Amino acid sequence: MTPVRRKRLIIVVVIVAGVAIAAALGLQAFRKNLLYYFTPVQVAAGDAHVGQRFRMGGLVAMGSVQRSPGSMTVHFTLTDMQKSVPVVYTGILPDLFREGQGIVVYGTLDKQGLFVAQQVLAKHDAKYMPPEVAAAIKKAKAAQQAQIAAKAAS
Amino acid sequence: MIPELGHLALIIALCLAVAQSFFGLGGAQRANLIWMNAVRPAAIGQSFFVMLAFGSLAYAFLTNDFSVAYVAANSNIALPWAYKFTAVWGAHEGSLLLWVFVLAIWTVAVARFSRHLPQDFSSRVLGVLGIISIGFLLFMLTTSDPFGRLLPPAAQGADLNPILQDPGMAIHPPMLYMGYVGMSVAFAFAVAALLSGRMDVMWARWSRPWTLVAWLFLTCGITFGSWWSYYVLGWGGFWFWDPVENASFMPWLVATALVHSLAVTEKRGAFKSWTALLAIAAFSLSLLGTFLVRSGILISVHAFASDPRRGIFILAMLGVFVGAALILYAWRAPTFSQRGGGFKIFSRETFLLLNNVFLVVAAAAVLLGTLYPLVLGALKIGQISVGPPYFDHIFVPLMLPFFVLIGIGPYVRWKHGSATETLSKLRIPAALALVAGVVAIVLLRAEVSFIATAGVLLAAWTIFSALQEPLQRLWQRLHHRHVSLARSVLGMSVAHLGAGLMILGVTVNTMLGITVDRVMKPGSSVAVHGYQFAFQGVQDVSGPNYQAVQGTFVVTRAGKKVALIYPEKRQFRHDGTTTTNAAIAAGPFRDLYVALGNPLGQDSWSVRIEYKPLVRFIWLGGLTMMLGGFIAILDKRYRRVRVPATVDMSAPPKDADADLAKAPER
Repeated sequence: MTPVRRKRLIIVVVIVAGVAIAAALGLQAFRKNLLYYFTPVQVAAGDAHVGQRFRMGGLVAMGSVQRSPGSMTVHFTLTDMQKSVPVVYTGILPDLFREGQGIVVYGTLDKQGLFVAQQVLAKHDAKYMPPEVAAAIKKAKAAQQAQIAAKAAS
Repeated sequence: MIPELGHLALIIALCLAVAQSFFGLGGAQRANLIWMNAVRPAAIGQSFFVMLAFGSLAYAFLTNDFSVAYVAANSNIALPWAYKFTAVWGAHEGSLLLWVFVLAIWTVAVARFSRHLPQDFSSRVLGVLGIISIGFLLFMLTTSDPFGRLLPPAAQGADLNPILQDPGMAIHPPMLYMGYVGMSVAFAFAVAALLSGRMDVMWARWSRPWTLVAWLFLTCGITFGSWWSYYVLGWGGFWFWDPVENASFMPWLVATALVHSLAVTEKRGAFKSWTALLAIAAFSLSLLGTFLVRSGILISVHAFASDPRRGIFILAMLGVFVGAALILYAWRAPTFSQRGGGFKIFSRETFLLLNNVFLVVAAAAVLLGTLYPLVLGALKIGQISVGPPYFDHIFVPLMLPFFVLIGIGPYVRWKHGSATETLSKLRIPAALALVAGVVAIVLLRAEVSFIATAGVLLAAWTIFSALQEPLQRLWQRLHHRHVSLARSVLGMSVAHLGAGLMILGVTVNTMLGITVDRVMKPGSSVAVHGYQFAFQGVQDVSGPNYQAVQGTFVVTRAGKKVALIYPEKRQFRHDGTTTTNAAIAAGPFRDLYVALGNPLGQDSWSVRIEYKPLVRFIWLGGLTMMLGGFIAILDKRYRRVRVPATVDMSAPPKDADADLAKAPER
């Protein structure tokens, strides 16, 4: 092997090794930090493990928002019109948070089935509904109708 | 009348763009002088009509012409006039018009400042720019006409999204687009080089200042965007790894790699194919960014579905441009002589190669994190998201070695360097950086972590290494020795200094920043990092098109008043949208940030208070990088008037070696 070739080979090997390490690190970080998204129906079905961090989307149920006076802790339920999950959050709520609004919460489920939110997201305008929420509600409605149809048939 | 004129102007511009690309590419291919002479007039005419269309839309906004659907949807009688103007690019159709408007500016600049290039080359560059114009003009005319009428006309219009009613709107989008679209010039130069078989040192020299200008604007746009989101969105962060931000960050990373790779191609004639590929990649990512932000898939799947033609059109355009460029690249690049300067392993070339590897890997990681969730969502496989932790996990290990290298690279010679020589030159910056690291450990004590120390150490290393050379030259000059420092070298030093300042700001702010959310009543106060924030209460104030609740906070330190600040919660009249307008007491070394949260009854509010050390350094670093780019553009060799057409273009120019002799340290 000529010295020039050997030098080229070394450079190529170094670069390939570097990129491979970076890719391995990247994919590992990717796997570790993937956040799953569940709907209240999926959570009720037990898809989410206790302690696992995930995102959940739905509507803030009408009349469910409860504040303890003088504290930043707020309780509400998140619903996709079929199942509901109780949520507790301590902190500042986004401007668009209100009853009936589609939101996404990020956090973990505790043993009692209470969702402890670390973050509440309600971006965009008042008419906006997160696409995942809209899809979930549509799915839940379709399932409900299928149930009714099944009942009517039997 | 005026809106129809604008629409007509767009159609004429489309016809002229067809002429521009036909005469440009066809004329150069057939060496037809008459055709090539028609390119510049066609390009300038095309640009004129695009600007006319832009002016018509701006006129419609300023005169409250609510019979235009786009104006009715994005403006309001009560909107201050300056925001009426910026509302031109407040939504989809207008942003596209801004895109082609900016492309028109670049086209005129290229037509004007490319006379010294061989005519077939400049014709091809303008021809490629013409094709891009055709793509975007067709896109506008078929799917997103900003001049569509509304019948019957609206009485007073909806309103511009309240978040966009800010001076930042006048700077951030135009600057970002200047950067995005500027990449199309670098792309056009690369494609012209591939077509004409002139992928050589002169090509690199010609396209380098254009690329630098585009990079400069992109840097400016991103820096302003970061600053804007910091003060207007009420989130108090400077970067969120939001897909929209990533859309601008990916082209920036690749453009930065391109700027460095062009340096190698120009100085040493090496990395030619790689440089061309980077130019294509930078433009592709700019288009992808436009697609992500403008197709609506990021904001809502519904916007995408309501007019799928838009998303599909822009995706098809992306496919055609990028696909054609890559096919051309695959076909032509192997036929060019790769006879560049050879180099040893320890040389400037290797360091610049590593720079490129790191930046491109970083861009690929951002691309993966941004696109993967979208692809899964689009294919209905599952809904996942990749949050900031992913990007942090990737960026920290990538940037640590990167910033070690950034301090060494400039002190390594081209072709073959000497490790001992480089080390001896870097004694002082290394010693100073170590001192800074030790000081950081001593000062931070309890909060010390590996990342924080490494960040401070590397920032200091980058800053001192970047400062050494200019300061040395200045010192020598003060002692009446005749030394000169090429502007391109000074520009590089300044840009690296900016990178160091930015890393310092990011590290210190991330590691030592304090955020406190509290419930506060009038009269109560909170202490954060030695500052007392006393809440005095809220009052109602009214603005031109909103009502606001304004809080008053007195900030004191050790009994002395530091600032009186007024965070607001604004409610816009026309649709009741609420925005949080944080109040910031800015200082060179720390910002104090207060935002009103939610009213909790009985006069009490939830309040977010943040102490943000060195946060200004992040944007100062961005501005410094821009300044560096600006200095580099002023370098003498880009002002050469005319290149004789007979010069052998395939060989590296003689003065590449002459430069080496002149500046022994380079």
